[in-house]
Amino acid sequence: MGSPVHRVSLGDTWSRQVNPDIERERNIQSFNVERLTNILDGRAENTALRRKVESIIHSDPKCSLKDNYFMTQNECYEAAIQRKFHIQTIAKCLGWSENSPEFFYAYRAVSGEVALTIHSIFLQALRSLGSEEQIAKWAPLCNNFQIITTYAQTELGHGTYLQGLETEATYDAATQEFVVHSPTMTATKWWPGDLGRSATHALVQAQLICSGARQGMHAFIVPIRSLEDHTPLPGITVGDIGPKMGFDCTDHGFLRLDHVRIPRDNMLSRFAQVLPDGTYLKLGKLQINYLSMVITRVNLLWGEVTPILQKACVIAIRYSVIRRQSCLRPSDPEAKVLDHQTQQQKLFPQLATAYAFHFLTSNLLEFFHSSYDAILNKDFSLLPEMAGFLEKNYLQAQASQDSTSQRSLPQSVAYLTAADLAKCPAQKAADFLHPQLYTKAWAHVAARLIKDSAHHLQTLMQSGADRYEAWNQTTVMHIQAAKAHCHYVSVKNFTETLDKLENEPAIQQVLKRLCDLYALHGILTNSGDFLHDGFLSGAQVDAVRTAYLDLLPLIRKDAILLTDAFDFMDQSLNSALGCYDGNVYERLFEWAQRSPTNTQGNPAYEKYLRPLLQSSRAKL
Amino acid sequence: MNQDLRREREAASFNPELLTHVLDGSPENTRRRREIENLILNDPDFQHEDLNFLSRSQRYEVAVKKSASMVKKMREFGIADPEEIVWFKKIHLVNFVEPVSLNFSMFIPTLLNQGTTAQQEKWLLSCKGLEIIGTYAQTEMGHGTHLRGLETTATYDPETQEFILNSPTVTSIKWWPGGLGKTSNHAIVLAQLITKGKCYGLHAFIVPIREIGTHKPLPGITVGDIGPKFGYDEMDNGYLKMDNYRIPRENMLMKYAQVKPDGTYVKPVSNKLTYGTMVFVRSFLVGEAARSLSKACTIAIRYSAVRHQSELKPGEPEPQILDFQTQQYKLFPLLATAYAFQFVGAYMKETYHRINEDIGQGDLSELPELHALTAGLKAFTSWTTNAAIEACRMACGGHGYSHCSGLPNIYVNFTPTCTFEGENTVMMLQTARFLMKSYDQVHSGKLMCGMVSYLNDLPSQRIQPQQVAVWPTVVDIDSPDSLTEAYKLRAARLVEIAAKNLQNEVIHRESKEVAWNLTSIDLVRASEAHCHYVVVKLFSEKLLKIQDKSIHTVLKNLCLLYCLYGVSQKAGDFLQGGIMTESQITQVNQRIKELLTVIRPDAVALVDAFDFQDVTLGSVLGRYDGNVYENLFEWAKKSPLNKAEVHESYHKYLKPLQSKL
Repeated sequence: MGSPVHRVSLGDTWSRQVNPDIERERNIQSFNVERLTNILDGRAENTALRRKVESIIHSDPKCSLKDNYFMTQNECYEAAIQRKFHIQTIAKCLGWSENSPEFFYAYRAVSGEVALTIHSIFLQALRSLGSEEQIAKWAPLCNNFQIITTYAQTELGHGTYLQGLETEATYDAATQEFVVHSPTMTATKWWPGDLGRSATHALVQAQLICSGARQGMHAFIVPIRSLEDHTPLPGITVGDIGPKMGFDCTDHGFLRLDHVRIPRDNMLSRFAQVLPDGTYLKLGKLQINYLSMVITRVNLLWGEVTPILQKACVIAIRYSVIRRQSCLRPSDPEAKVLDHQTQQQKLFPQLATAYAFHFLTSNLLEFFHSSYDAILNKDFSLLPEMAGFLEKNYLQAQASQDSTSQRSLPQSVAYLTAADLAKCPAQKAADFLHPQLYTKAWAHVAARLIKDSAHHLQTLMQSGADRYEAWNQTTVMHIQAAKAHCHYVSVKNFTETLDKLENEPAIQQVLKRLCDLYALHGILTNSGDFLHDGFLSGAQVDAVRTAYLDLLPLIRKDAILLTDAFDFMDQSLNSALGCYDGNVYERLFEWAQRSPTNTQGNPAYEKYLRPLLQSSRAKL
Repeated sequence: MNQDLRREREAASFNPELLTHVLDGSPENTRRRREIENLILNDPDFQHEDLNFLSRSQRYEVAVKKSASMVKKMREFGIADPEEIVWFKKIHLVNFVEPVSLNFSMFIPTLLNQGTTAQQEKWLLSCKGLEIIGTYAQTEMGHGTHLRGLETTATYDPETQEFILNSPTVTSIKWWPGGLGKTSNHAIVLAQLITKGKCYGLHAFIVPIREIGTHKPLPGITVGDIGPKFGYDEMDNGYLKMDNYRIPRENMLMKYAQVKPDGTYVKPVSNKLTYGTMVFVRSFLVGEAARSLSKACTIAIRYSAVRHQSELKPGEPEPQILDFQTQQYKLFPLLATAYAFQFVGAYMKETYHRINEDIGQGDLSELPELHALTAGLKAFTSWTTNAAIEACRMACGGHGYSHCSGLPNIYVNFTPTCTFEGENTVMMLQTARFLMKSYDQVHSGKLMCGMVSYLNDLPSQRIQPQQVAVWPTVVDIDSPDSLTEAYKLRAARLVEIAAKNLQNEVIHRESKEVAWNLTSIDLVRASEAHCHYVVVKLFSEKLLKIQDKSIHTVLKNLCLLYCLYGVSQKAGDFLQGGIMTESQITQVNQRIKELLTVIRPDAVALVDAFDFQDVTLGSVLGRYDGNVYENLFEWAKKSPLNKAEVHESYHKYLKPLQSKL
């Protein structure tokens, strides 16, 4: 059933005693947690495999994250390299192949805190942009770590806008070489991961110049460090870009190229080729260069965005049943903070979003796998569709606004042409708990906002603004529309996921509450958009609010089980507040005592505090 | 200077110097502030270490060094006026947090507020001269905002006339006090007072924790640093555990409550006065929110004028990113918010000083409203600022994530404001309590004055959505006064909804407290709407005091943008309340975009007027001269990670990785 024995043995068990406050939460068994974990993993076999991999990784102290928070940037980097090294060794021993689920689970276990992650991005780029001969030459070198690679695209002065990159690769027909060069300060490659201190080779995106003509961005393999002693090669200036807000384990780097010569064969040539005499040959659409970015984004959603939100929810919700604060009734002890309505309002929409994004991403991934092969076979028909579906902006952060990513809304926005209701038919709060009803509401708003922004663009152009100015003056509206569209897509996807769970009524019921909450919370935070054209009346918005508030206590009952179902081991969470057994305060105290500030003396006292204390005493 | 920034500054419609005077309060204040800043900047002893390249332990050490030299320098320069001390500190510490700051901000003020004359005589001189470094230990590992829940006990022993301090459980360990971990040798400890077998609630005690001379923890004291945090690297936030630790009876602060030698407890006359410190700190935090947001806007807007990206028209050079509508839409409402909060911060400071004088004369009548207002505004401004700094960082693209931008440091040091000195949700609920009380008083026939006087105009039946037609005026979206009215109606409506829902829950639930919890989302909404109205009102009123025409014009545009952006974000409230019509909302959205274009030419001058020194911004992206890229490269080269060309981990791991596999 819920295999509670297994679950209690999760974590690195501070003690055999589970905090009774969290234990009680788990006694409410309104659904089978193990079954939900299987659904999240895809199937029970995946869960078993994941746990097997996690236990292998977590039993190796060299992969531990335990002391991460006490490390300097240098130490973090070193630990991440060490971790990568050990995972690689384990993988070799056990025969895990690259891109296998085992690898994915291993990274999940160490929360992605490993170095050389761009190595695989290089490989992906190589596979999608390189010719068969190039793949045959470079892939084995990568796989055996005979070379360590990175992907160098962004520059000091240029990011999102690929055509603006300044690095040049000029073909010299006399020697059959490309001369790769950073012509200005702003052309310095900046930010590529693993570049600062690790990589020996970089895939450099540069403007191709051959026979005097500029041919746009192409990818070149450039050796940057000696394979003998790791020193930078002649013409290469390379280093670390300095401390950042996070990512201490990654050596993001800079790279300046001073007329560095590479052989003609080092240009990746699946889609474009330069012949020995300098003739440029196009074999596919230029936009295919985006492909590796698109692949990176899908992996980002699956590997980073969704699990990070899930972990954050696990930590905050578990801590909220341990932490007690203020009294809800005068005579009672202080209440669990999760019993405060305001705390539920903060956390449950996030939990619902974590589930919504999980199902959205797993469906995206399925779509991606089914169309990836078609693209490699030079069938470009699906690409615009795919780019549209893979909008990362909404998922990445509902607040972040990415002005370039919504230019190509998906073709199949069926709701734009579907029969639309001018007014929402709901009469009472309970009516808003019908997935069809709120999905339609989101479709309506998305359609209206898309229509409004298109109309605005037209009006501006009719009144004499040129196309580009008019476009710029409509971008705020476009983004609002794109967000509504993404919101609609994720609501719709969530409801479709529910439909597939009819054999799991208990799980379906608990997930439906989250789906309802996700949709209704979205309506309330954007109520202006729904009221705007009278689609919802004021009384209907009040009804939505009532329905929403009534969902909170229902989700409250299952909150801990819903976070347990994500099945993160304590070692991956690496959080005193989020531990499975709920012994928060004991861990916190133990953790603080291990801090170097407590174990390494206080040189500042001898140097400054003592003289300060004594100088003033002399004066007194 | 960077050409783009030069052009921006030449094209501005007003003289930023005049606006700086408005922000400082007077031209004289600006002059004196700069004089003090230059004292430090021109002092050969002044060193500017880049904190981004230091480890936590090094940062702590530099911060202690700065604290120590600051005491010396302030004496040397004769800086004693409180305002001038603030200016001095800001530039002397640059962006370092000060480990001894609690000695001045909490230990001494508490001693002054709650200590008897004799106690002040005994302790004050030594802590002013830093013979004693004190901190203030209130929060415990398991207890924060809810003061009554604290577990530390102080049990009186009449035999020896001592208090015995104990931390009875893990959760009772004092946790978080600044400067406690490594720096302080005394703490004011809040503990449950027990005498003659009875608990009398929380009282304050002066507790020696480290031995003078050796700085070692005293017997019975376990003290240390709580470990690394999100920010505040150089602050040694600490823990303190006490085991049957004895202090003399005289160490209890006894200005109000007393314990007699025989153990008899004497009750305080009034406890309202203990509000004083909290109100002061919270009103100060509103000003800090304004300052942090102003810094973030300065960095993001200057960088957006230097950075070029993409194309607006094919064939043309890449435009400044500040010319993209989406970038303006991200940043200008935040700039308007920074100005709004600057004026609210100044208002809070004035009000605090005015009411403090009243209190001195025994008039406590305005204290409850001030307490409610500071609580709400502290939460409102810190939540907004917290999100806004992150928005500024993301508006700088990838480089915003690097510490070179200065924005991560501003963010991690600002964000605890949302949870310290009163957790924000709890603060909003305190304001709500005041609003509900005021609402009830209006209904029992009493007229309210001050910021809640709008509740007097609420006919109770008006709340029915069908009766929206009775709202008195049509909103003029080009008039700050008219928009203030609109915000007032929104606040009145949401206060009334919360009050009615609360009444309704009270009827149906077992207790008032349960009803309160089940209405708390509505109550927080009501408080937010109230605070939003106050901010809009104060900004509009500030306009009336601006004489210079060019300054008035530019501030009026910012004020309109602030008001209209809020309407657009909360359109649902304005529509649902019948305060505005759908076509008005469309006009508001259109007007916002027009204002973005109007503000665009003045954007750089508007952030220049905040008048931050480059060292205070601590940002390569936000440099006054705009020479971003050259300096970014120089900055990176200085990073300790680049000290060795080949990192040792290459030999340890990479090389073996290549050969083993």
